[in-house]
Amino acid sequence: MDIFETLKALLEDSGFMGFFLDGGWKNIVMIIVACVLLYLGIKKQFEPLLLVGIAFGCLLVNISNFYVDGVSSPDALYHPELWEQFLDESSEHYHSYGNIMANGGLLDILYIGVKTGLYPSLIFLGIGAMTDFGPLLSNPKSLLLGAAAQMGVFLAFFGAVCLGFTGPQAASIGIIGGADGPTAIFLTSRLAPELLGPIAIAAYSYMALIPLIQPPLMKLLTTEKERKVKMVQTRQVSKTEKILFPIIVSMFVILLLPSTAPLIGCLMLGNLWRECGVTARLSDTVQNALMNIVTVFLGISVGATTVASSFLSLQTLYIVGLGLLAFAFSTVGGLLVGKLMYKLSGGKINPLIGSAGVSAVPMAARVSQDVGKKYNPSNFLLMHAMGPNVAGVIGSAIAAGFLLAVFK
Amino acid sequence: MNVFPTSDEMGIGEAGITAIFGYAVVFVGLFILMVVLHIMGAIFKAREKKETAANSGVQSGSVSAIPDAQVESVPLAPGSAGHVKLYDVPDKEAAMVMAVVAHKMQRPLNELHFISIKEVKSDEV
Repeated sequence: MDIFETLKALLEDSGFMGFFLDGGWKNIVMIIVACVLLYLGIKKQFEPLLLVGIAFGCLLVNISNFYVDGVSSPDALYHPELWEQFLDESSEHYHSYGNIMANGGLLDILYIGVKTGLYPSLIFLGIGAMTDFGPLLSNPKSLLLGAAAQMGVFLAFFGAVCLGFTGPQAASIGIIGGADGPTAIFLTSRLAPELLGPIAIAAYSYMALIPLIQPPLMKLLTTEKERKVKMVQTRQVSKTEKILFPIIVSMFVILLLPSTAPLIGCLMLGNLWRECGVTARLSDTVQNALMNIVTVFLGISVGATTVASSFLSLQTLYIVGLGLLAFAFSTVGGLLVGKLMYKLSGGKINPLIGSAGVSAVPMAARVSQDVGKKYNPSNFLLMHAMGPNVAGVIGSAIAAGFLLAVFK
Repeated sequence: MNVFPTSDEMGIGEAGITAIFGYAVVFVGLFILMVVLHIMGAIFKAREKKETAANSGVQSGSVSAIPDAQVESVPLAPGSAGHVKLYDVPDKEAAMVMAVVAHKMQRPLNELHFISIKEVKSDEV
C-alpha cells in the first residue's frame, strides 16, 4: 500500500477539498449561518424544538454536499438534483419516489414526509390535541380577529408579485404572515419547494421574535385607555359543545375549501380525540410522542433544503424582508379589527387581543396578556386572547387552502 | 380552480385582485363559522339556563322556600355569629366561600358575620 497515494486519495475525498471547488465558499457561509441558527435556538431559545433541528440539518447538508454544476457530492445526505428530476415533467423520474429511495441520501428519504405534506399534517394532529377551543366557543366573535390577522398573508403575497416572484412563490412567501410553521411548510412544499428552506427559517424565526415584533405595533395602534380595558369573564362551554366543534368545523371548512382537508382534518381529529373523553390514550400519544417524533423529522429535513447554491441568493433576502412585512401587517390587521370591536362593543373589548389573531399559539396570546397587564396590572387577557389565537390557526389554514386552490 | 392561464404570467393587477379576493374568502368563511358557532352557543345557553332554572327550583324548594321568619327561628349553631341568606348558592358552596374568606382574612369563622351570599351571573357583571 502506497501511504502517500492513500493519504492523497483520502484528502481528495474529504469534504475539506469541497471548500476549494467552484462555489465552495458558499458552503462556508451556510455553515456559519447554521451555527448562528444553532446559537439562536440553544442560547436564545428561539423556537428551539424546530430551529435546532433545522439548523443542524442545514449544517449537515452543507458539510456533506458540495453541489457543483447540478451534481451532488458522492456521499451527500440530500440531493437537490434528484428533487429537480422529481418535479421535471420531461424527466423519466418525474414524481418517482422510487428514484429518491434508490438513489437518495438519508435526508432525501426523510424529506419525502415534507414533500407529501405528511409531517405538517401530523403536527396539526398534535396541535389539535393540545388546543382548547373553549375560549373561541365562548366568544365566537374571536373568529373575526383571526380572519383580520391574515391581512399580512395577502399583502406580502402582493408585495412578492411586485418584486417579481411567480404566483406560487408569492403565495408561499405570503403564508409566512399566517405565523403558522406547519401551514407555511405545507403550502411551500406544494407550490414552491425551491423556497422551502428560507421560508421555513423566516417563519420560525419571526414566530420566535413575536414578543419583539408585536408590542411596538400594539402601542402604536392603541390608546392607553383601550389597553386598560378589562374584559368580562366569558361563559363556561359545555363538553358537548367542545365535542361538536371539531365535527362542525371539519364539515364546514373542508366543504368550503377542500384543499384545506389535510390540515383542518388533522387539526380537528386531534381536537376530537382530546375532547371526546374516550380516546385519552390517542390524544396523549399525538400531542406528545407523535408530535416529538414528527418534529425531529420535520426540522432536520427542512434544514436539508438550505443548500448553499440555492439559499444564498437575493431571493432569500427578499423572503426575509417580506416575511417581516407579513408578520407586521397581520398584527396590524388584528389590532385594527380589535379597535373596531372596541368601538362597536362600547369599550368592552380590549383591542390588544386582536394581535393574537396571528396564529403562533400560545406566544401571541401571551404577548397580549403581557402588554395588557403592563397597563392595567389587574387585567387578565390571556383567555380572551386565546380565542383569536386559535381562530388564527383556522384562518391561516383557510388562507393556505385558498392559495393552494388558486395556484396548484 | 386555475384562475390564471399560467402562474408565471401573473400581473400586479391580478395579484391585487387575488389578494383582495383571498382576504375576503377568509373573512367570509370565518364569519359564517362564527354565525354557526353563535347559533350552537345560543342553543346550549338556552338549554343550560333551563337546567339551571330547574336545578335552582329544586334547591330553592329546599333552601329559599323557607320563609325569612322561619330561617330566623332556626336555632344558631354554637359559636355562630348569625344567619346567612343564600341566593342561588348551594349550602356546600356557601360553606366553602365562608371558609375561604375566613382563611384569607385570618380570622376565626365565628367572629365573622355573613349577611348574604349571592351568585353573580356573568350577564349581570
